[in-house]
Amino acid sequence: MSTVTQADPAAPAGSAHPLDQRRPLGDRGFAILALASGLLVLVILVLIAITTTQQASSWFTTEGWKIFTNNWDPAANQFGALSFIYGTIITAIIAIVMAVPVSVGIALLLTEVVPYRWSRPIVYVIDLLAVIPSVVWGLWGILVFAPWIQHIYAHIGNVVQGVPVLGSLFGPPTSGASFFTAGIILAFMITPIVTSLSREVIATVPAIDKEGAYALGATRLEMIRGAVWPHSQGGVVGAVLLGLGRAMGETIAVALVIGSAAVITPHLFAPGYNMAAVIANQFGEASGVFRAALMGIGVLLFVITIIVNIVARTIVDRSARRKRGA
Amino acid sequence: MAVIAGQQGIDLREPKGWRRTSNRIATFLMVLAFVLVIIPLGFVLFTVIAKGASIISWQFLTGQPIPPNVEPAGVGGLWPAVLGTIEITALATLFAVPLGILGAVYLNEYGGRGWLAALIGFMSDVMTGVPSIVMGLFIFSIWVLHFGYSGLAGAFALGCLMLPVVIRSTDEMLKLVPNSLREGSYALGATKARVTVTVVLPAAIGGIVSGALLAVARAAGETAPLLFTILTVTTANPNVFSGPTTSLPSQIFSNATQPYTGAQDRAWGAALTLIAICFILMIAARIVTARFSRYSR
Repeated sequence: MSTVTQADPAAPAGSAHPLDQRRPLGDRGFAILALASGLLVLVILVLIAITTTQQASSWFTTEGWKIFTNNWDPAANQFGALSFIYGTIITAIIAIVMAVPVSVGIALLLTEVVPYRWSRPIVYVIDLLAVIPSVVWGLWGILVFAPWIQHIYAHIGNVVQGVPVLGSLFGPPTSGASFFTAGIILAFMITPIVTSLSREVIATVPAIDKEGAYALGATRLEMIRGAVWPHSQGGVVGAVLLGLGRAMGETIAVALVIGSAAVITPHLFAPGYNMAAVIANQFGEASGVFRAALMGIGVLLFVITIIVNIVARTIVDRSARRKRGA
Repeated sequence: MAVIAGQQGIDLREPKGWRRTSNRIATFLMVLAFVLVIIPLGFVLFTVIAKGASIISWQFLTGQPIPPNVEPAGVGGLWPAVLGTIEITALATLFAVPLGILGAVYLNEYGGRGWLAALIGFMSDVMTGVPSIVMGLFIFSIWVLHFGYSGLAGAFALGCLMLPVVIRSTDEMLKLVPNSLREGSYALGATKARVTVTVVLPAAIGGIVSGALLAVARAAGETAPLLFTILTVTTANPNVFSGPTTSLPSQIFSNATQPYTGAQDRAWGAALTLIAICFILMIAARIVTARFSRYSR
């Protein structure tokens, strides 16, 4: 740590002759310190992969490919994780389907419709949504929102009962805690990130393209479809993928409202489970292969979200770079 | 796009018919999208304030221990959780903010356009997407299994979550510092470290502090990384470096599923306290941005 103190501006290191080409010790020390901090990101990511995989190894070795079966029974030493993977995908899809149109709508509202002095308060409100902690969403979700929306589920269930596809998707509910409730709460939670990234992408559309469209007499909608959308399509897809990654990894709110039932069912109003939630709820009492299995679900979740994030960031970065070149 | 129908001169009136209607529908839908976001936000805030305000008192915030779930509201207090949240978040800030700022200094001042800086920058973005529960499992594997539960372990987990956020926000701010400032300083014979510490960082300090405050606000509300690192106990543990402790988010999580109204009331009180902490940090960030930012986008 002595290099830190030498990097201090008050240290004599900086008082060398101005034309002295040698780099003082403190200067080099500071460079090394900065490099080490940067490398820390890579080190942590690698360590996450190694240590969690190590802890999960007994699950992978004892169960083999059976980890992808739908058979989760810790009491009988059965640890198939398929129902959790299913739940993660279903809840994330529900969240994306609801959050994306809203987020893109708000992003367009902010960039193309409202004047600047109005856009700042709107951004503040959206940020407020991002600052509400996951556990508060969960608390509200299970004690207030789920009991309330159960009535709506019941109405929908009664209406569509007997209708071929809808009937099995939206049948009468058993409780307010379900895949669908989790999806709605997730939608609230990912809206801020999707909105702000979409806005960033949409803001990069060259003004000259937009003015050109208006000059041709386009309405605002026609301008958006003709000038904004082709330019920002790719970036918005990236933003949506990032939202998907968040929705898959969000834990506590889902753990409280999803209903905690390890089942695979098309019934969206039925209680279910997802990967993050099962870890949060069951890790405390787990040991041996049970703990390794939950750790392994964490590894799968890590791998999936890392892949989704790498793809999404690549898309967002590329669309941002294209605009800088233009 | 045949927009101007064959007319003499340019028709500047609003288009008629379906073109006007569709445009108005689109604008209406955008406003509706915003309303759809305000409703749940208002609903959550209203519920938390209405239910939380009635239980919060000085005794609630500073009393201890946290009573058993069956006890009605008004017994005991949440001091162990408040103390834990303050200690753990402060310690995490102490780890993540200096390292994050240094990491951003590397990306912006030293790495330049090299492949390593590009890789670190990209992976910091990716790391912001790592689920918080995975951070909890990571610290459990690497620390808790060897050294046991402690506030320190929780701070490590929160620090890992904050690090990439601080790197990214600081990096954005350093990019805004004009090169002429650096060049002027070099021209006076300063070393690179000295230029960075005395010229570049002070020039960007407003944005850096505000980014760090927002990262702290996010971290203070995190529950998942704490579940397997601090355990959740009912008595205050002033020693952040050893022994299980508790925090506001983990207390809310364990109370939320209790059937007892006393436990639920305490959860609402804790939720209001937590939201207040997060909002205060966020508002502080706004004030810092407004008052101390010399360069902005």
